[in-house]
This record gives sequence, structure tokens and C-alpha cells, in this order.
Amino acid sequence: MVASAFEYVAAGSYDEAVRLLADGGDEAKILAGGQSLMPMLNLRLAHPELLIDINMADERQPSVADGMLRLPALTRHRVLLEHDLVRRHCPLLAEAVRHVGNVRVRNRGTVGGSLAHADPTSEIGSCALATGAHVAVRGPDGDRTVPVSELFVSYWTTALAESEIITDVLIPVGRPRQGWSFHEMVRRTSDFAIVAVAAMVELNERADTIAATRVALAGVADRVTLADPELLAGLAGRTLTGSTGDEAADAAAARIAGSLEPSADVHASGDYRRRLVRVLTARALREAYAHAAGAAA
Amino acid sequence: MTLRQIVLSVNDRDHEVWVLPSDTLLDVLHDELGMADVRYGCGEGVCGTCTVLLDGEPVNGCLTLALQAAGRQVTTLRGLMGPGEAMHPLQECFLRRGASQCGFCTPGMVLTALDLVRRRGQPSREEIRYALVGNLCRCTGYTKILDAVEEYAGQAAADAPGEVPS
Repeated sequence: MVASAFEYVAAGSYDEAVRLLADGGDEAKILAGGQSLMPMLNLRLAHPELLIDINMADERQPSVADGMLRLPALTRHRVLLEHDLVRRHCPLLAEAVRHVGNVRVRNRGTVGGSLAHADPTSEIGSCALATGAHVAVRGPDGDRTVPVSELFVSYWTTALAESEIITDVLIPVGRPRQGWSFHEMVRRTSDFAIVAVAAMVELNERADTIAATRVALAGVADRVTLADPELLAGLAGRTLTGSTGDEAADAAAARIAGSLEPSADVHASGDYRRRLVRVLTARALREAYAHAAGAAA
Repeated sequence: MTLRQIVLSVNDRDHEVWVLPSDTLLDVLHDELGMADVRYGCGEGVCGTCTVLLDGEPVNGCLTLALQAAGRQVTTLRGLMGPGEAMHPLQECFLRRGASQCGFCTPGMVLTALDLVRRRGQPSREEIRYALVGNLCRCTGYTKILDAVEEYAGQAAADAPGEVPS
């Protein structure tokens, strides 16, 4: 199909883009990498009257300062895959992005665009939640920071105000004794995830038992979702090795699966999704633990 | 909606074209400039038949606006060919291996595979499979395509050890 007609303007800066967005109101839409928006236009699922192209608004590269990995919003998926700072400080994200789209999508798609799109099956969104990331946002009233845990509201809907734009994604750099894992089930490589799990496990100072665990899930609700920390609290002070470790991981995964009510669609029933949550979460917990123990050794 | 005039640089030749803001690069290359090697398949970025190189990187022609390509270098399959439309060595490998049947997917396959070999030198079969996951072929069953890319990568590495194939 062919998109409905729209006007186009290239913004030279985020300030200009915010002004254009404020002027354009409901009918204006930001164009970043375009790998989700353009298909929606071509399928006529969206029909904005004005596209504000921000691809020329910023040329910064990923950087690290004050314990934060700063990813400019226009950082392409390919850069996330290959950039030394990303691989070193957020290997979870570098690994998860392998599962996003295809070569062409990764050449154009951006980290900020992906979060702003708020797809409930997003790999990048689940990594941002699992790592406790924030987004830096610019609007008519200036800049603010929003935790990703407060960003996603529902299907393709964020907590951003109408004229706000994500300018940066800020991810706490990986710490020693911290391990990660990403698993997903897809119908075909490069397709949308049926269920995806991103897990972070941090060991205590003696690196012998678990201090903290975070699990984020995609494909289980109207937005990517952080598993209730209460359901993971039982893992604190434990190891995840051997058969007792397997049992502990499976019990935690079962509690998380039981807490969710994923809906059914043409690809999978709710029960199947819940089953995937249990299997993939247990797998991810064990792997993240092994990573953490390996990193600490 | 207003037409705008832009200069598109395609295969080292400049084209002055009038485009609508909503025209995709695919629309303009195929419909306006008559380039039959850039093809409409899905319009969603998943099939790979509209692949072109934008400043050397494979992108979806159907998900890029023509206006966004102004001032940049666009390369289609034709741009890889030598004088007198001499085939690129990777195309020769496709021909020799029977990697092209109806041919609809071939330009996208060749451009994507060439980008992979330029980046990775001699990729493993698994790496080739991963790089081509977004290029759909309904004829060959992919095996012959993998054979062709593997042959080309080996050949390019043997011809110019340590150099990046063009």
C-alpha cells in the first residue's frame, strides 16, 4: 500500500523539532529511524499530516560519564551491536539488539525511536527496564528525565507529553558481580517476539550469593513489564547452581508467570505465553547468575 | 501537498526529480527513474526486494523517504556492474550456483550479501544466513544463495588477501 499524503520538515536541532511539534499538535509526528513509523504509514495504520525528521538534529556518539552509559536517541541499532562502550557497559543490550529486525532495519532504526514507539514486544524496551535505564526528554518547558519504568503506558503509548522528544537514553554501567541474560521466542528470526525476557542478577560483595535480581518481560501485556520485585525477593541470599538452584529459578519463574495475564492473539494463546515466561525466565535467571559468578571470579 | 525538486545521486549519476514529501525512495527509483532493479515487495521492510545502499549501507527503499536521500549516494544493483553492464563477481557466483530463479529477490540478496562480505571478509555460513534473514526468496530454498555468497567470499579473500572487496 501507499501512505496517505503528508508534509515533511527536517529539524536541524531538538529545540527546533520541539517547536515544530508544539505547532503541529496532534497531526505532527517525529520521524527518527522510521523502521516502525514508515510501515505504519505504508499500511495506513497512522496518518499524520506532518513528519518532523530529526535525523539531522544530533550527531553525538555513545559516551560514558558518572556511571552512566549515554546513548544519544539517534544511536542506530547497528551501533548498539558494534560499539565498544555498549558492548562493555551494557552487553545485555548489545546481545538483545541482534534479535531486532534485519540488517536494513538495524542500519536505520534508533534506540530513542524504539522506546518512543513503545511496542509491547520490544527487545530494547525490556533491556531498558531490566537495567533501570532513564530517558532524557526535551519539551517546550525544558529538559527532564523519566525512568523507563514510568515511560510505557500502554500499546504504543508513552508518558511523554505531546511536544516532548527523547534525546538520550541513560543506562547505569554494568557493575562487577553483575550478570545478564536475554532470551526470546519468535516464530522466525527477526520477527516480533512472542515472549522476550531480559534478566539481571547481581551478587553480594563476597560474590557467593544473589543480592538483587531484575527481570523485564516483553509480549506479556499492553507494554513491556518489569516483574514484581516481591516475586524475586526469595532469590536473595541464594545461589542458582545445581539442582536446588534449578528449582529456585523455576519457582521464581513460576511465580512471575502466575502473576501475569497475557492475552491471546493469532500467534499464541495466553496460556502458551505464560508457559514461555516460566521456561525463558528460569533459563535467563540461571544464565544471568552464571554470568555474574563468572564475572566475579 | 507540495512537490519539491531534489537531486538524487544514483549509481554515480545525478537525477533532478520532483517528489512529494510522502514519496518513498522506492517510489522514485522505480516509478520515476524506471529502475527495475529496485522492487516493491512488502512495503514493510521485511522482504528485502527494495534494498539499496544509502552511503554504502543497505536500507529499505520502501521505508526511506526520497527527500531523505537527497544529497546522499544511492547505489542499486546496477551500480555494482562494470562497463558494458559486465556482471559483478558476486552476480557471477549467483549465476554459476543457480542462486537465482525468478530473480525478483536477487538485487536485494546481492546488495545485502556484498555488504556482509565487505564488513566481515569471510563470514561463516551461519553469519550469511543471519545477514540474509530479511531477504525472502520463494524459489531457491536459500541453499544455493548461501553457496553463491560463500563462494564469492572465498574468492574475494583469495584474490585480495587482507583487502576489502569493492
